[in-house]
Amino acid sequence: MRKNLNVIAAYSIMMGLIILVGIFQSWNIALSIFNLCLISAVMTMGANIQWGYAGLINFGIMGYTALGGLAAVLISVDPVQEAWSAGGFDILMSLWLIIVMVLVIRFILKRFEKSKMRTYSIAAIIISGVLLIRFSAEPGIEAIEAVDPAKTGFLGGFGLPIIFSWIVGAFFAGGLAFIVGKVALGLRADYLAIATLLISEIVIAIIKHEDWLTRGVKNVIGLKRPAPYEVDLQTTDWFINLVEKFNSGKLEIISNLSDRQAALNQLVIEGSSVFVKLCYSGLFLTVVIILLILTQKALYSPWGRMMRAIRDNEEAANAMGKNVVKQHLLIFILGSAIVGIAGAMLVTQDGLFTPGSYRPMRYTFLIWVMVIVGGSGNNFGAILGGFVVWFLWIEAAPIALFLINFFTAGIPETNALKAHLIESVPYFRFLMMGLGLLLIMRYRPKGILPEKIEIK
Amino acid sequence: MDILNAIILLLNYIFIPALTYGSQLALGAIFVTLIYGILRFANFATGDMMSFGTMVTILFTWYFQSLGISLGILPTALLAIPFAIIFMILYMLSIDKFVFKYYRTNKSPPVQLAMVSIGVMFVTQAVVRIIIGPSDRRFFDGEKFIIKAREFKEMTGLNEGLALKSTQVLTIFVTIVLVSLLFWFLNKTKTGKSMKAYSDNEDLALLSGIDPKKIVMITWIIAGILATIGGALYGLDKSFKPFTYFNNMLPIFAAAIVGGIGNPFGAFLGGYVIAFSEIFLTYAYKKFFMYILPESMEPESLVQLLSTDYKFAVSFSILVIVLLYRPSGIFKGKVL
Repeated sequence: MRKNLNVIAAYSIMMGLIILVGIFQSWNIALSIFNLCLISAVMTMGANIQWGYAGLINFGIMGYTALGGLAAVLISVDPVQEAWSAGGFDILMSLWLIIVMVLVIRFILKRFEKSKMRTYSIAAIIISGVLLIRFSAEPGIEAIEAVDPAKTGFLGGFGLPIIFSWIVGAFFAGGLAFIVGKVALGLRADYLAIATLLISEIVIAIIKHEDWLTRGVKNVIGLKRPAPYEVDLQTTDWFINLVEKFNSGKLEIISNLSDRQAALNQLVIEGSSVFVKLCYSGLFLTVVIILLILTQKALYSPWGRMMRAIRDNEEAANAMGKNVVKQHLLIFILGSAIVGIAGAMLVTQDGLFTPGSYRPMRYTFLIWVMVIVGGSGNNFGAILGGFVVWFLWIEAAPIALFLINFFTAGIPETNALKAHLIESVPYFRFLMMGLGLLLIMRYRPKGILPEKIEIK
Repeated sequence: MDILNAIILLLNYIFIPALTYGSQLALGAIFVTLIYGILRFANFATGDMMSFGTMVTILFTWYFQSLGISLGILPTALLAIPFAIIFMILYMLSIDKFVFKYYRTNKSPPVQLAMVSIGVMFVTQAVVRIIIGPSDRRFFDGEKFIIKAREFKEMTGLNEGLALKSTQVLTIFVTIVLVSLLFWFLNKTKTGKSMKAYSDNEDLALLSGIDPKKIVMITWIIAGILATIGGALYGLDKSFKPFTYFNNMLPIFAAAIVGGIGNPFGAFLGGYVIAFSEIFLTYAYKKFFMYILPESMEPESLVQLLSTDYKFAVSFSILVIVLLYRPSGIFKGKVL
């Protein structure tokens, strides 16, 4: 118990802060911060598996998040029949072409010795294949994108419950990680960082511009929800009764009947959105707890010990007969898959998919700040990092505003410098993140909750 | 005549823009490569350092404009750049003193330094946005065109016009001067040679009496000059927006790695490789073929290999291919 005291203390403070937001700002804000903290925690767990367990740098988190989001769209949206009949055949043909291309390349790679001839012929196959696909798919894509472009203009999905996409998102991200890992894992650490960063940009470029698949920058809105809708809740009797019971003390003070009804209505509207957010929190918390149990089990298993051995001394682990390349690939896939889950969760919560919003600052570097600040190699640390950093990211603007007003209290409102500072309050979050990262790296390089290895 | 038209078309839409963009990338790539070769880490703050330098240039430009100073047909920014460079060098040296020095003296692994540079990136980005804001700014003044498309048409009687912007000529000219000076410095002067020696083998260089503090300082000074000029030229030619500068970090990295990281000349050429391939692969050649092919063979589609949306993706794909087949870059740089 005493050993874990700092963990418990850190989490209690974090919870206390969120509750304070609930009391002083509103429960709605507190819960939406809490939900995004949970999603961030899932992302950091993924990054932590790669960086903390195995020492692999993955700066491509944005790409896996977006693939998870794409999964949410492809699973939950109803199929667009017209689009399928307009261009589905061409798309399927192109898919076949891609599969044939991959098989041919595999065959060449297996069959022939490594030579210049082989490299050139593979390059020729890829280039001609890409051109062939481009020209064969072109009419189909145009036909699909012409189907009611204001509303659909894409193939749609499978029309399944969106929860399934969390698993599918993991598979999508894992699949991409398999390809990236095969290509890039041999690189030295900082090259790997750059390569993964650039690959994630390619993924985003594709998602943004292949409108037939993702609707691109036109966004997909109104995704199905795993939780009830606020509008429905506001008209259900049991919910209104619940709110009434919950606030009976407050309502009884109001004597006027119509006033009381109005107050109740207001409370129901507020309560409904809090209730919906609570549903999400429950779902997300379940995911976080399941992942935490699994990752903790893995960390203390023989496999986890092997991973640490590989991280700390690759050559020695290799000499002991551990297959470093294979294990690196495995952990790269696992970590990315977890990030994929988080991506699907994020889109589920927002109810919309906006490819334009995927930016490396928010989805790659911020997650890394979380991992470093929280404590790499320690799952509790990673989750805490997700909470702390996300909380600061959201609350940075109010804090900065407070500080500016505090220090410039004597200066009149019309002062140009003060007005300028107040106007640029949103950017203080970057400053806070940067300074936080620099300070932690300098004075507590292992993070708030450092890695602890207990051999049981 | 048609052949001439076709050549002018390519010059106007491919060659000149690519040369300009390539020069801008090249300056950034040399910056990345110098930091990597001598300080031994991948600097993720590259784009934001460039935007910081540009911001200072803009502030000085505004100041001069308010004083009524101008350079006539040349942009006032040219006058502001030297002052901005001094500012930038101070900024770079103080960052080094307060942030990077600690890790260098502790001999931290390069990965840790790269992480620290992410912290610097966040801070610099915040400072830029707090001071000048995130919006798009143009700070170009003076004569915009050297040759206008319409004038060129009237002059030569061709169908295709050739427009030559003064910023394009300025970019290419300044880059050539700056890069030649830099290579002269690295190859001919004693300090430059000791920098190369330090980059090749740190221990050996230290043994032969090279002062590491001086080397590091000069590296940051050169980096400051390159970042400010590179950033200001990009801003003059296109426009200044902090987010674009952050994004430009990616093709700059690609250029540095394609050219062989740690090798300044490779980085210089790498910039052009990236710029030309981006523009070559995403240009729609329909008009070009309309000029050179007989009428019966004219293409109906745009004859575009990739849509312009994939501009960035092109350079990154090149990078991935280079990393796979020649990890040390096209021109041999540091081996992985």
